[in-house]
Amino acid sequence: MAAMADDSVASVREMVREFARRELAPHVREWDEASFFPAEVFRQLGELGMLGVLVPEEYGGAGLDYRHYVTIVAELAAVEPGVALSVAAHNSLCTNHILLFGSDEQKRQWLPRLARGEVLGAWGLTEPGAGSDAGGTRTTARREVDGWVINGAKNFITHATVGGVAVLTARTAPGSDHRGISAFLVPLDTRGVVRGKKEDKVGMRVSDTSSLILEDVRLPADALVGAEGEGFVQAMEVLDGGRISIAALGLGIARGALQAALSYARQRHQFGRPIASFQGIQFKLADMSVLVSAAELLTFRAAEAKDAGEKTTRLSSEAKLFASEAAVRVAEEAVQIHGGYGYTKDYPVEKLWRDAKLCTIGEGTSEIQRLVIARQLLGE
Amino acid sequence: MKYCVLVAYVPDTASIIKIGGAGNRIDEGGIKWIISPYDEFALEEAIRLKEARGGEVTVITYGPDRGSTGLRECLARGADRAVHVMGGEATFGDAFAIARVLAAAVQKAGPFDLILCGIKGVGSDQSLVGAMVAELLDVPHVSGVVKLEVGEGSLTAQRDVEGGTEVFTAPLPCLVAAHKGLNEPRYPSLKGIMAAKKIPIETWKPADLGLDEAALGGAEATSRWLKLELPAAKAGGTILNGEEDPAGAARELARLLRHEAKAI
Ligand SMILES: Cc1cc2nc3c(=O)[nH]c(=O)nc-3n(C[C@H](O)[C@H](O)[C@H](O)COP(=O)(O)OP(=O)(O)OC[C@H]3O[C@@H](n4cnc5c(N)ncnc54)[C@H](O)[C@@H]3O)c2cc1C
Ligand SMILES: Cc1cc2nc3c(=O)[nH]c(=O)nc-3n(C[C@H](O)[C@H](O)[C@H](O)COP(=O)(O)OP(=O)(O)OC[C@H]3O[C@@H](n4cnc5c(N)ncnc54)[C@H](O)[C@@H]3O)c2cc1C
Repeated sequence: MAAMADDSVASVREMVREFARRELAPHVREWDEASFFPAEVFRQLGELGMLGVLVPEEYGGAGLDYRHYVTIVAELAAVEPGVALSVAAHNSLCTNHILLFGSDEQKRQWLPRLARGEVLGAWGLTEPGAGSDAGGTRTTARREVDGWVINGAKNFITHATVGGVAVLTARTAPGSDHRGISAFLVPLDTRGVVRGKKEDKVGMRVSDTSSLILEDVRLPADALVGAEGEGFVQAMEVLDGGRISIAALGLGIARGALQAALSYARQRHQFGRPIASFQGIQFKLADMSVLVSAAELLTFRAAEAKDAGEKTTRLSSEAKLFASEAAVRVAEEAVQIHGGYGYTKDYPVEKLWRDAKLCTIGEGTSEIQRLVIARQLLGE
Repeated sequence: MKYCVLVAYVPDTASIIKIGGAGNRIDEGGIKWIISPYDEFALEEAIRLKEARGGEVTVITYGPDRGSTGLRECLARGADRAVHVMGGEATFGDAFAIARVLAAAVQKAGPFDLILCGIKGVGSDQSLVGAMVAELLDVPHVSGVVKLEVGEGSLTAQRDVEGGTEVFTAPLPCLVAAHKGLNEPRYPSLKGIMAAKKIPIETWKPADLGLDEAALGGAEATSRWLKLELPAAKAGGTILNGEEDPAGAARELARLLRHEAKAI
């Protein structure tokens, strides 16, 4: 059984690598400059099953585990990290939240469409005043006789513009702490949902990031996901999985940057020799390779623990923290190895460097990961 | 409808080729293996025909162990059944021997209404196997097909020729060799990859087909690879600096073209 699973990870890796090479690589620079969201690519990804990786087959998904999932995200990230970020956010935030905590009816209604990519999913935790402190949510949900009325604003929401549905957190108990926050399923064409300004980002520019303004958004009673007051706890559990996908994102970027640096160092001649023959460059390449390998081990360690049904809060954060910082370091060294050419858009490494930086910020900053890890260690 | 696709598992066209062995084979170390690109068109066409009108797609390869990986990929893309004829060492590069093995395998796995192959197998590119298999099976064949319509009992196939197209009709069963342009091959989907794991690959030996592989590659061999040579390493080009003295550079270029390259 184990041998068979390994075999399928290799087949999946091969397929995604080929897909990225043929469908993404030729367009990377053009899409980045135009900040273009390639809808056609997402249609293809949906057809191939990559938008419902973790969704069981009974709901129209591929029904795969985290080892396959991180393989997919990392392979996409090595070529076009923005596409990988969108795939990660769609799968592990919105879709997984519904999968983990949705009612049967919510799952039947949304999972097949999300898994096929007919609808892209968004997930709204962050607010202008509630970033790292997600428990500080100011968006409110007021109970009415026939449902809920939501008011507030979310920002930095992946797929706020291109998405069809979102899971959002809102405070249902005024003046409460994080135990007064609940999660809601919100079709984004609901009256009162205003899609705000699209962020003009440093990197990850193909991934759609915008704000959402919620003005008297009326939702039916069954829009509540899980029990009232459990939204924050649900979100933290969703992030336990999501952070593994950001680790995979970092891993892929680091691997892509190392590859680029290796091939450049072999080709570029200075002082009559390839720069790869200089020990100073070799040491950089060696250190980069160690970071990539360590990021890979931690990412797959967390994925395996998740697949074994363990609680992965600490491992997920450790993998996310390490792989993200590794991505930034490796991408920066890749730029350095390219010299002046690395600082231009003619080579892919400057983009990987810009894209990598998101990893240390999204789904909890590196500082927040350290807080999470320390709390787990100290048993708080 | 029953479709059969002949699939060769060949060195990736992007591989860096080194000569190994006794100088008549490539060094297979570090080579990545792929389904021969023209065979991907053949497979895609068979799967589309099946999806449109029902039926079953069988893929057959003849070659060493690694061929199973290629067959798995065919199953992941939508083939229903896979046959691996193990061997190929003794008959390497001998198109007629390969065709005899494949024809026998097609006969044993069949009957089929339509047999598809690639116009050529990347690596040796002889474009022989398809026509030979058709001849051995005594069925008509159309090669280099870029458009195919299959009706009841017959097919219409189009091939590109210099400055135009040719349209053929042929009765079924028939063998069609696919060319680039026939379709756009799909990627295997995640579901397809997982489903393919559950389909057993049938493995046969030439002996199971009543063939003696040693004889095919020995006394009965029709061709053998004697020697491989890499193209001579290209010398660095000559760059004439025309910025300071364009007229002089043009004169020098004309001289080089006439006396060195003997191009004019
Ligand atoms: C491209 C992109 C996509 C995103 N997608 C989504 C999405 O789909 N859904 C969603 O909900 N959110 C999303 N986010 C938001 C992201 O999760 C937040 O930006 C992130 O959690 C940080 O919040 P903040 O930006 O408000 O920073 P702040 O919380 O204001 O942090 C500022 C700085 O203070 C530090 N800091 C804060 N608190 C502490 C502390 N206690 N100890 C030490 N340091 C601290 C932080 O680490 C950081 O360095 C996305 C962000 C980006 C950039
Ligand atoms: C170094 C090297 C290693 C190779 N290793 C393998 C290998 O492991 N497995 C392998 O199958 N091929 C392998 N090949 C390719 C194989 O040798 C050729 O396909 C075979 O020699 C026929 O060559 P051809 O030019 O006559 O084929 P062509 O006549 O050009 O082939 C036409 C079509 O016939 C079919 N066909 C040809 N050969 C086969 C076959 N063996 N099985 C099924 N269909 C076939 C395909 O549909 C192909 O598109 C290798 C080639 C090289 C150069």
